[in-house]
Amino acid sequence: MGTALFTVFATVACGAALAVVLSQNVVRMAFYLVISLGSTAGLFFLLNADFVGATQLLIYVGGTVVLLVFGVMLTASGPFLTIKSSPGDLVQAGVVGGLFLGLVAFTVLQVDWEANAVKLERRYGATSLERPGYNQHGEGHTTRSLGAALLGARFDKDLGRHREQPSTGYLLPFEIVSIHLLVVLIGAAYLARAKRRVSPSRDA
Amino acid sequence: MEGVGINGYLGVGAVLFVCGVVCMATKRNGIGVLMGVELVLNGANVNFVAFSRFGHLGLDGQVAALFVIVMAAAEAAVALAIVLSFYNNHLTVDVDRADELRG
Amino acid sequence: MMPLLAAETISGYLSKEWELPEVWALVAAAVVHVALLGAFFGLPALVGIWAERKVAGRIQDRLGPTRVGGRFGWLQSVADGLKLIQKEDLWPTAADAMLFRVAPYIVVISSFSAFLFLPFSDTWVAISLDVGLFLALAILSLEVLGIILAGYSSGSKWSLFGGMREAAQMVSYEVPLGITAVIPVMIAGSMNLNEIGSMQSGWFWNWFVFRDPFTLLAFFVFFTVTLASNKRAPFDLAEAESELVGGFHTEYSGMRWSFFFLAEYASMYFVSALAVLLFLGGWWTGLPFIDDFFRTSDSVAMQYLGRVLGFAVLMIKASKLVFLQIWIRWSLPRLRIDQVMTTCLKYLVPISCFLFLGATAWSLFLPGRVLMGTQPGLGGRVADAALVELNESSGSEAAFVAPDAVDVAASSLTFSSKGGE
Repeated sequence: MGTALFTVFATVACGAALAVVLSQNVVRMAFYLVISLGSTAGLFFLLNADFVGATQLLIYVGGTVVLLVFGVMLTASGPFLTIKSSPGDLVQAGVVGGLFLGLVAFTVLQVDWEANAVKLERRYGATSLERPGYNQHGEGHTTRSLGAALLGARFDKDLGRHREQPSTGYLLPFEIVSIHLLVVLIGAAYLARAKRRVSPSRDA
Repeated sequence: MEGVGINGYLGVGAVLFVCGVVCMATKRNGIGVLMGVELVLNGANVNFVAFSRFGHLGLDGQVAALFVIVMAAAEAAVALAIVLSFYNNHLTVDVDRADELRG
Repeated sequence: MMPLLAAETISGYLSKEWELPEVWALVAAAVVHVALLGAFFGLPALVGIWAERKVAGRIQDRLGPTRVGGRFGWLQSVADGLKLIQKEDLWPTAADAMLFRVAPYIVVISSFSAFLFLPFSDTWVAISLDVGLFLALAILSLEVLGIILAGYSSGSKWSLFGGMREAAQMVSYEVPLGITAVIPVMIAGSMNLNEIGSMQSGWFWNWFVFRDPFTLLAFFVFFTVTLASNKRAPFDLAEAESELVGGFHTEYSGMRWSFFFLAEYASMYFVSALAVLLFLGGWWTGLPFIDDFFRTSDSVAMQYLGRVLGFAVLMIKASKLVFLQIWIRWSLPRLRIDQVMTTCLKYLVPISCFLFLGATAWSLFLPGRVLMGTQPGLGGRVADAALVELNESSGSEAAFVAPDAVDVAASSLTFSSKGGE
């Protein structure tokens, strides 16, 4: 069952990503991008990361891509905008991309993940997600632990285990991201504010 | 998840990443380039979450993925603002026309 | 707790009782899901469309449909549906045919699958997840994408305007929607809709809407925002008939057009049920002697009957909210697009932020105190339990006992709040 679902989601995600590259119409690209990102959310659910999957759907698919399509609509001069790249570019990029993919795949296959996992487990103990006393996979329990981790408490590391010092959480990065988002909000509003368009007829 | 190990997920991540890079390199539409960036970040996310499940990353991987998603949203907002500003000045979103600084 | 409608429950039952192989049991469970969801997708739409016509008629001093199916025109929606199915499936030559054909399906699928996370009564839920509410809102937010694609791919300026308005409106209104939905989540200490619902048992002043002044206002903000996110009047700028012909669905006809229509009514119903679950006591009648009579009963049949009663209560409450939406549509004039954006960005976002902070402060400084009732929400109780644990444990250990205590307290309270199980 898991394998079948993985096959479906992986095929759709990769296929749609290829379609993004090959398609020339921007809105179709956005559509394929949505499909690719949505199937990736499915992969996240398969990996028991339900909160990340939901965030992916809400922010990426429902927010970012809508923003992109909105941008396409604002900047489209004709009804269906296509700016074609030259075939030479496409072939060149395809060859380089294929070589790069081969390199990455080769590297991934070279690593012995099983042995690595065993080695890591010997050094650092069992994965925190598979420790007794911490039921992560039971009912999709990532939400509460993730929220606590973002506020600096690590349920997944400290729960049911004695530690001299509590493990580090992500409070500081969380705050930095909040400030960052505020800066982005202001910056984007500043950059995109209505300006006098430079056109020869109305140029003063 | 019987059967599919970490390699399958890493493979998907690699394909998404490479597609994103090729997309960034070939598209002449500014928004198309942005979509390439989204694909790249998404491929990285797949790896993060896969390592959090199969590797030794635990919840840290998922937290990293969350931060990547938030960063991607922020990046898209700013980049879109830049594209709109570019469009205001040049009446096109073709990135090859952004050559005013060429020496 | 085992969710009654979960795929594992159904397939487990089937493979045990009927000795089906596991795969086929899962397939059967999927069929059950699809049938139930189809019913819940179609029925509210059928009833809602009829009600819309009837209410609109009455408000405008007309009778509304009176002929099809007897005196009250009961079968008007069925007649409409039959007419729409018969129509030819066509698209304009200027359209991007692929996207044009796909767009209605995106809209329908997203508003359809949001129902998977909705508990219709205690434990009557298909997918009971910790991220239930979040995921439901996420999936509901995919609807806008279909509408934008429909608007863009039609190749018509009216549709393009409709789609752009929809994009601008939806992206903005997601913010107050999220913030106001987080308020009950914060009080309940869970995003699981079933838990949020079951926490509002007892007298009706235990409903989150009556908890404190901030949640009371938050309910009204939430309702306003859901009006906007469903493109209902006065926020129906995406299809403004008087300016944009039909907005994003100008070029659609027949079945594809009715998909948009069905999705609109289904998600009207969905957000109403969501508002009921988050603020208005979910499936509880608000009179504990009735609820407890069924809940504490020994016989399984009586408990089941109680769930059926809860289902009916939820439906009635949600239908009242749907009626309110229809009423508002036929009473208020449409806003201009700049007024819509102003309402959201200048008023609703700050108001919802203020309400969120206020509700937080209320829980923080007046823990255990509620506006009318006596029972604090779970959030307060967990915090109290954690504080007690913190005070009891000493010194350096306190820092990492705290999460433990919170978790343990949360889980024990979660179980105790479902006392009837």
